Amino acid sequence: MSGNAAPAQVLIAGNPNCGKSTLFNALSGGSAHVGNYPGVTVDRTSARLRLGAREVQLVDVPGMYSLTAGSPEEQLAVNALIEGQTRAVICVVDATTLQRGLYLALQLIESGVSVVVALNMMDSAESLGLRIDTGRLSQLFGAPVVPVVATKRRGLDALLAALDKEIGGGSGAERVEVAYPPRLEADVAKLIPVVAQWRPETAPSQTRAFALWCLLSLGEDTLRGIPDDVRRAVHEIREAAKAQGRNIDLEIISARYAWLDDALGEVCSAQERGPSWSERIDRVLTHPVAGLVVFSAVMLGMFEALFAGAEPLIAAIESFTGLIQTQATMVLPPGVLQDLVVEGIIAGVGNVIVFAPQILMLFLFVGFLEDSGYLARVAFVIDRVMKGVGLHGKAFVPLLSGFACAIPAVMATRTIERRRDRLVTMLALPLMSCSARLPVYILVVGTVFAGQSLGWFSAGAVALFSMYTLSVLVTLAAAAVIGRTVLPGPAPTFVLEMPPYRWPSAQILWINAWRRLRVFLVDAGTIILAMTILLWALLSFPKSADIADHYAEERERIEQTEASEIDRAEALRSLDSQEAAEQLGYSLGGRFGHAIEPALRPIGFDWQIGVGIIGAFAAREVFISTLGVVFGLGEADEENIPLRQALRDARHADGTPVMTPLSGISLMVFFLLACQCMSTLAVVRRESGSWKWPLFLFSYMTALAYMASLAVYQGGQLLGFG
Amino acid sequence: MKLPLADLPLGQSARITSIDCERHLSRRLMEMGLLPGTPVRVVRVAPLGDPIELRVRNYALSLRRAEAANIAVSSEETA
Ligand SMILES: Nc1nc2c(ncn2[C@@H]2O[C@H](COP(=O)(O)OP(=O)(O)O)[C@@H](O)[C@H]2O)c(=O)[nH]1
Ligand SMILES: [Mg+2]
Repeated sequence: MSGNAAPAQVLIAGNPNCGKSTLFNALSGGSAHVGNYPGVTVDRTSARLRLGAREVQLVDVPGMYSLTAGSPEEQLAVNALIEGQTRAVICVVDATTLQRGLYLALQLIESGVSVVVALNMMDSAESLGLRIDTGRLSQLFGAPVVPVVATKRRGLDALLAALDKEIGGGSGAERVEVAYPPRLEADVAKLIPVVAQWRPETAPSQTRAFALWCLLSLGEDTLRGIPDDVRRAVHEIREAAKAQGRNIDLEIISARYAWLDDALGEVCSAQERGPSWSERIDRVLTHPVAGLVVFSAVMLGMFEALFAGAEPLIAAIESFTGLIQTQATMVLPPGVLQDLVVEGIIAGVGNVIVFAPQILMLFLFVGFLEDSGYLARVAFVIDRVMKGVGLHGKAFVPLLSGFACAIPAVMATRTIERRRDRLVTMLALPLMSCSARLPVYILVVGTVFAGQSLGWFSAGAVALFSMYTLSVLVTLAAAAVIGRTVLPGPAPTFVLEMPPYRWPSAQILWINAWRRLRVFLVDAGTIILAMTILLWALLSFPKSADIADHYAEERERIEQTEASEIDRAEALRSLDSQEAAEQLGYSLGGRFGHAIEPALRPIGFDWQIGVGIIGAFAAREVFISTLGVVFGLGEADEENIPLRQALRDARHADGTPVMTPLSGISLMVFFLLACQCMSTLAVVRRESGSWKWPLFLFSYMTALAYMASLAVYQGGQLLGFG
Repeated sequence: MKLPLADLPLGQSARITSIDCERHLSRRLMEMGLLPGTPVRVVRVAPLGDPIELRVRNYALSLRRAEAANIAVSSEETA
């Protein structure tokens, strides 16, 4: 081994669904570290692995069908391969779809890196009556081929032994050389000197593979770090070939498949296949009627789990946070430190972990759908609808989850393969009316529509129904618009493998969901905590000494005048709430609310609602407790009668009521459309890898919300409502 | 008989003769094993009429009709 400080890396590569994650977990025993690949927002899962006398780092590379790349994301596997630390690659191949899996193995072996082929799913292959001569295959490839069953941990020792030997220098077997057509060989020969100049330290055989990679990958790509002269050379060669009516892509790929077809004819016994049980399941699950029924039932089940299943856990976390806050209030002396700890830090940590139940639920569910193979069918069934707004069928599950909470929903977009499609989805889905908006609707409806009805229905029910309908329409429209303007690009292609149905392992579902949660807690959690503290400071400082003195005097007066103990306590409590309200008005946040009042008047709000909106940024439901403080009522929730009364009694300076049905609708529309949720921004930052996208999200949603509320309020007034 | 894959009747086998579409997509399809000469069969149509599911090289692949229209096949049964 070299004296290199970085540990030797062993990559696990393979097609999607071939069992990579299962093998990775079987080899690493579940202990893993999730990081990020530099420059792209793709998770990099790695673990330490003892291999004889060595210790290596095992890295799970995202699923791929080939090394060919058109985007930085696809490039990452190639970059990982040519990194100095990479010592070997375990190429996992699903034995039931040998040719396609071995195409990748062939490319890897050609590239000159040490490869061990793990022929996985041997149990399924055997039950299909498939016989594979792995010894002969290994000879043909010039690389070890080890049959394994990752789920049953079969063949792992042999795999590790082969890997150890390969890292230690290998068997010296001659590697496969695919015979390409002579004209193509001439092209490659022309390109080799250019590539060699770019990477002088590379071995000649690798330079050849790299030249082939360039011919296949370059042109109409967004790859990074490719020198101009290489691009130019590739362009010239491709143009010349085109002029002769040749298709270089086809020449390269079909030469490889021709080699594979020959080799497999030798090592693989012909198989006789009736309809497998997977096919029989599909006859039901993608049936025009039964398929849609099952689809609706599964999606409803997911929804139920997110909404109802997570609810008790969320309530428990919230009351636990409250308990800790009470404890801290008792232990710490009153003052700024107490406030910081209770309302900044503890509330902030609470704001982070409150998402844990829904994230776990959604990822267990999505993990189950993905590993069982049904997620591909979900996309298959619903793609027709998604295509209409320029989305991929796989966008459906994240969008639907948006009804519960945007945070896990944004995280679920990672099942979508292409970065652009992922971004469009995560930028539109925060418009879905999440469960945190509901308390705000309930408060408003209870305030302005109490007891009214519209024909058969109560006015409140109609208002709520309209909000949810509007939310779906706006989300789909936003996806369509964003996909055409901000993120133009070819519409998503739908080339999706339908893997056979398999029963997922509960342990792996847990491990994966837990890893996702940990990434959220660490990466998005720190941002959420920091923003909670910032908001707390904004709504707490500066404090006015005059107000404090005034209330201190009032308190003293009450202590002396009120005779009964109960009256005195009551009067003091009301004084506390009034003081909190005045101090809030004096704080930066309060002043900001006053400052933006001119902008809020046209949409029917006043400064107090403005302060509520600022507070709501910590979490939408905080809107209500902030309003409680603004109106001097202390603690309040959406069912709070005094708060509703206070809202009804609130008056503008000219004496007109603030809350009318019209301004109520305007407020609901604003809450529906505005990005009143810093946690969403934090998680979009994590998943998109830059601050640019959360900033864009915040700006466009706020602008949209303002304009929609303006249209509602002004239009309504013109029509004589309110 | 030559026809676009999108028009191949359900259940009928055919061989691919050419793939003619945007490079990124054609390269992807070819690397997944859809090459001239490769046998394919349409095994299913989604409940809403699109996409369709193919059986090719021992696995199932679904494609939108718009994408399948770029793949020409020659049908064996109605030669
Ligand atoms: N029958 C069988 N199923 C397997 C085997 N290895 C993995 N699976 C299943 O195949 C599905 C996909 O596996 P996963 O590890 O998520 O694949 P990945 O997409 O390559 O990471 C899961 O449901 C696994 O339980 C195996 O050797 N035999
Ligand atoms: Mg996986």
